[in-house]
Amino acid sequence: MLGPAMPITTTTRITITTMLDDFLVRAALAGVGMSLATGPLGSFVVWRRMAYFGDATSHAAILGVALALAADLPVTFGTLVVALAMAVTVATLASRGWAMDTTLGVLAHSALAFGLVAVSFVPGARTDLSAWLFGDILAVTRGDLALIWGGALLVAGLLIWRWQALLTATLNEDLAHASGLNPARERLVLTLALAVVVAVAIKVVGALLIAAMLIIPAAAARGMARTPEMMALLAVGIGAASALAGLQLSLWQDTPAGPSIIAAATAIFALSAMFGRMGRR
Amino acid sequence: MSALIRAEHLSVALDGHPVLTDVSLAVAPGEIVTILGPNGSGKSTLLRALLGIVPATGGRVARAEGLVIGYVPQRLAVDRTLPMTVRRFLSLPKRVGDAAAMAALARVGVPDVAQRQMADLSGGQFQRVLLARALLAGPDLLVLDEPTQGLDQPGEAAFYRLIEEVRRETGVAVLMVSHDLHVVMAASDRVICLNGHICCEGTPRVVSTAPEYRALFGLGTQGALALYQHVHDHSHDGGHDAGSGHAHHYDHTHHDHHHA
Repeated sequence: MLGPAMPITTTTRITITTMLDDFLVRAALAGVGMSLATGPLGSFVVWRRMAYFGDATSHAAILGVALALAADLPVTFGTLVVALAMAVTVATLASRGWAMDTTLGVLAHSALAFGLVAVSFVPGARTDLSAWLFGDILAVTRGDLALIWGGALLVAGLLIWRWQALLTATLNEDLAHASGLNPARERLVLTLALAVVVAVAIKVVGALLIAAMLIIPAAAARGMARTPEMMALLAVGIGAASALAGLQLSLWQDTPAGPSIIAAATAIFALSAMFGRMGRR
Repeated sequence: MSALIRAEHLSVALDGHPVLTDVSLAVAPGEIVTILGPNGSGKSTLLRALLGIVPATGGRVARAEGLVIGYVPQRLAVDRTLPMTVRRFLSLPKRVGDAAAMAALARVGVPDVAQRQMADLSGGQFQRVLLARALLAGPDLLVLDEPTQGLDQPGEAAFYRLIEEVRRETGVAVLMVSHDLHVVMAASDRVICLNGHICCEGTPRVVSTAPEYRALFGLGTQGALALYQHVHDHSHDGGHDAGSGHAHHYDHTHHDHHHA
């Protein structure tokens, strides 16, 4: 479509605008894509009280970043493998009846500490550290975008496929067992999904805030939902809205994008909590 | 008539501690069997072993081919963070149609709760919804683990009457666990007394007078159950003979049966 006639001198400005549009579009798409996975998975994290589990797994991703950089492997591969190892370790310890509060506390914090120590040995990685800790959504490349959407669709598809079984096992494991389901298999589904989400979301909100991205939109959705499905869908919407709002804030005020996204999600949570409380009276 | 489910010399150990030793039992189609035992007697473990949730350390569990089990767990805490209407709950794990869901709720006597949140139900309503969900699978066998925990005495009695009615209408067999013989008496064909092993079994009347049962539950001492039993015995016209089967509660059910 032909716009109003433009003087030649603005050509450079148009190019910059297109570029700007492009990275903004990429950032927005990254945030929305991530929410497709964090919404439903976050709902399970809330229902099954796995918040600390999410922390341990996502903090372990920093160690994955360090190992991948040191071994000259793709970072996504490193985060995925280490997050998976941590998630499986935690799930195994839980099934053996370890005191989970303490165990998870030890694992979550030591994973972060070892990760940060390991990063300090990798030349060059130190300068990028805050990007891995807090995300770098504005620097998302086309390749990152493909990974984020691929991983998010994989997780969403997995959860949709196992939805009825996951819900039954979440309500009561004996009930699931008596219905011919295997609760251990459903736990494994969530463990795998969590590892993939960590690898996907680390670029967007960073290792420190992945657990927040899982929990806060789902918690905000709780007050407005009457069924599990409604809560998961609302969590996707709230997550996406938070990503866009956080991005906007980051552009206007030059704030770090990851924390801005979580701050936006928290604002929605606060509104939802107040609104829900008033509605109940 | 072949059994729906059968335990043969079943032994179960949890964390290395023997919980059940050499337990053999069978449930026939249409039969109501109640497992009685004090706390820690392995009642729930027995049900869980029969359902395949805990592995047997000895002996075996045999199920009839294609056996469909409807299970009502002892306790189901619906976390406050999980929004769940009754209607949605009935569709777990298999989705059911609205008509079937409504019919099941009406059958268990809670026709109006479909849109309520599970967490907002009273104890009695909650147990009935659990039963409705179990019935929707079209089970051959209902397995209920202390289904009346937290209900008051009239609530308990009403729930067991409902179980008996459902059995009469559908022919479903029932295997349940209880802590109190006299409330399940009317609804049970057979009672199995459990304390790690099977102490005694038979009709409720036989079991209530068996010395093993009295030893297990301290009858003849000053327990509340003993007092109740005492009154109960007197209300009946001198019939202490074990085989008569005409206990007070039985008379009530026979009245209930007449219209059917």
